[in-house]
Amino acid sequence: MIVRIGLSSCGIAAGGLPVKEALALVIEQQGLDWELQQTGCIGMCHYEPLVDVIHEDGSINTYGNVTVDGAREIVAAEASGTALEKYRIATDREPNDCLAGQVRIALRNCGTIDPESIQDYINSGGYQALQKALNQMTPKQVIEEIKISGLKGRGGAGFPTWFKWNATRQEPGDIKYLICNADEGDPGAFMDRSLLEGDPHSVLEGMVIAGYAIGAATGIVYARAEYPLAIKRLGKAIEQAQAHGILGSNIMGSDFSFDISIKQGAGAFVCGEETALIASLEGERGMPRLKPPFPSQRGYWDKPSNINNVETLANVPWIIANGGASFAAMGTEDSKGTKVFALAGRIKRGGLVEVPMGMTLREIIFGPGGGIKDDKKFKAVQLGGPSGGCIPEALLDTPVDYQSIKNTGAIMGSGGMVVMDETTCMVDLARYFLNFTQDESCGKCVPCRIGTKRMLEIMERLCAGEGKPGDIDLLEMLGQQIMDGSLCGLGNSAPNPVLTTIRYFRDEYEAHIYDKKCPAKQCKALITYLIEPDKCKGCTLCAKKCPVNCISGEAKKPHVIDQNLCTKCGTCLEVCPSKWSAVSVS
Amino acid sequence: MSCCCQTEESTTIQSVSTAIQLSALEDLINRYRGVEGSLISVLQGVQELYGYLPRPVLEHISLQLGMKKARIYGVATFYAQFRLTPVGKHLILLCQGTACHVNGADKIETALCDELGVEMGGTTDDRVFTLTEAACLGCCSLAPVMMIDGQAYGPLTPDRARKVIRDIYKQEEQSREEVGA
Repeated sequence: MIVRIGLSSCGIAAGGLPVKEALALVIEQQGLDWELQQTGCIGMCHYEPLVDVIHEDGSINTYGNVTVDGAREIVAAEASGTALEKYRIATDREPNDCLAGQVRIALRNCGTIDPESIQDYINSGGYQALQKALNQMTPKQVIEEIKISGLKGRGGAGFPTWFKWNATRQEPGDIKYLICNADEGDPGAFMDRSLLEGDPHSVLEGMVIAGYAIGAATGIVYARAEYPLAIKRLGKAIEQAQAHGILGSNIMGSDFSFDISIKQGAGAFVCGEETALIASLEGERGMPRLKPPFPSQRGYWDKPSNINNVETLANVPWIIANGGASFAAMGTEDSKGTKVFALAGRIKRGGLVEVPMGMTLREIIFGPGGGIKDDKKFKAVQLGGPSGGCIPEALLDTPVDYQSIKNTGAIMGSGGMVVMDETTCMVDLARYFLNFTQDESCGKCVPCRIGTKRMLEIMERLCAGEGKPGDIDLLEMLGQQIMDGSLCGLGNSAPNPVLTTIRYFRDEYEAHIYDKKCPAKQCKALITYLIEPDKCKGCTLCAKKCPVNCISGEAKKPHVIDQNLCTKCGTCLEVCPSKWSAVSVS
Repeated sequence: MSCCCQTEESTTIQSVSTAIQLSALEDLINRYRGVEGSLISVLQGVQELYGYLPRPVLEHISLQLGMKKARIYGVATFYAQFRLTPVGKHLILLCQGTACHVNGADKIETALCDELGVEMGGTTDDRVFTLTEAACLGCCSLAPVMMIDGQAYGPLTPDRARKVIRDIYKQEEQSREEVGA
């Protein structure tokens, strides 16, 4: 029997390590001849820590939200040949609802193999695509296969992968570079982290194949410093691949030599832009430059360079092994294959899902995503992070492909989907994104550097209840000018969250400006917390929990909030027992 | 650090390095001497040694690697990862990602500031904790999240966040007692 526990950052954050220790201890104590393995994240992050028990006949019981005590009970039950229903969320025959409708290509091994074992990867068919490419295909044929697949860059811009590879290949010169962009900067997207933590070899294999196709001998992974576990596992995978002759000279006995190193980013969103990323790799401030020349012409150290995102590269081995046509058979006319989406925010089942392109937003959010947390009302979904936009309920049946999403004013981006319900203020959300982009603007282009600052000031004014008539027009005008006058994607897209929320939620902006009201009751300057005297039983809970001690009253008598001291943190509303619901917000 | 050109600061490389083997810094410098494009890696190495980028060390590097001080300062202030002031023993990164924002990260911030008695960016008087923000820790489905010394904690409530801090304080006290005993 094999016991497998999910230990990605999410599994560890949910308490996976003590559960692993408990499993190891009880397996040893009971003298069981079971193997305890670790694996990456299967994507059902809301069920972490997750434990799989794999029986001799291949059948699997999957247990979710496992606690230390639960781990002991599960081992005891499984040792006596039964399943523990209390924690069981799925079996191999009846997969969990989250996995229904998913087609896992990039995530094919995440959550099923040990990411720190190259043997596990090889046993699941790993590095066969590389062998096929090196032994049976010319670099041109590899590029042709990627062209047939229709694979587009999964990092944001959605540029055809084969085109970039071909452009780099055709450039003259002996020295070329293949760069993997693992600087997942979009807040709300975490598929790259999960891939690197859960299946680093698939990214390495994609890189070696890409290096072979474009004629590069050097690969570099530009990884976020905020992802320590991903960097550790990737580093280990590189060492293993070197020891197995998969990286280094004459890979797998061929004439092709290629090696990979990791460079850690230092935290700058703008480094997602190719030319800024290259500047950062060269040890400089990550500031973009004008294109052309494109990186495929003059990139890292002025040599032809090709930059691909983690998820893009993880798809490559599958495409080479199964043929481009099988990948292109999935998805839509405009967007082929599958895409990984990170579901987060006010959603029941947060996590990663990989589905064929063309599924509608509604199918994803209410299918694998399980709908809205606490059964509240769906309001909007933010796609594409700070460069993207908010899509309202009326457009929930939009199919998820590059063009359809673009038509709504949002972008596919890297696939982060942050779901908002009625408690999210769209004006505050747009302010939040603008605050982010304003902070991350590198400062090179004046419209981006100063324009985002001015827009942010207006947004802050709106949230503070000091909005003026004409502010909406001013925001739209500034937004257009920033988009027109900025060099790189950051400035070109920074106004998107504001412009799309104005487009779809204009009434909320108007409520902030003219009525001085926040319909979602989030903007602190525009709301008041009150204790309704006829409902308050004087349980004193709110007075005890109030962080600024501004609630007074005798026990068993109605309490009062001192409005001058109240910081509007909402603690009283949260702690007031639901049977009384004496705290109201208006 | 208002301007890198001023030299009135009296600390020297030896004084900031009292707790740290100067040889470790020399190893770092030697490793990257003559390696083009390695400034960010050098600064990351310095920060690993000292917890922040001490000015005398940056000046030392400028001399040793032949890089202009302004260039080093420019890179050090461009990236969110680098700090120019000392930090506490444990660094708290409170995630400011979108998912954390819509799931109430501001309440966690209020609770942490209150528990530690510092503002965002501050270090406790006993130098045990520094509270800072991170753009996104990529654990969005566990929002709101914070990371302390590379370990992520989530989903947080204000009370859970306080408990994590108190537990670390407890461990600190225990280890101090053990050392004392």
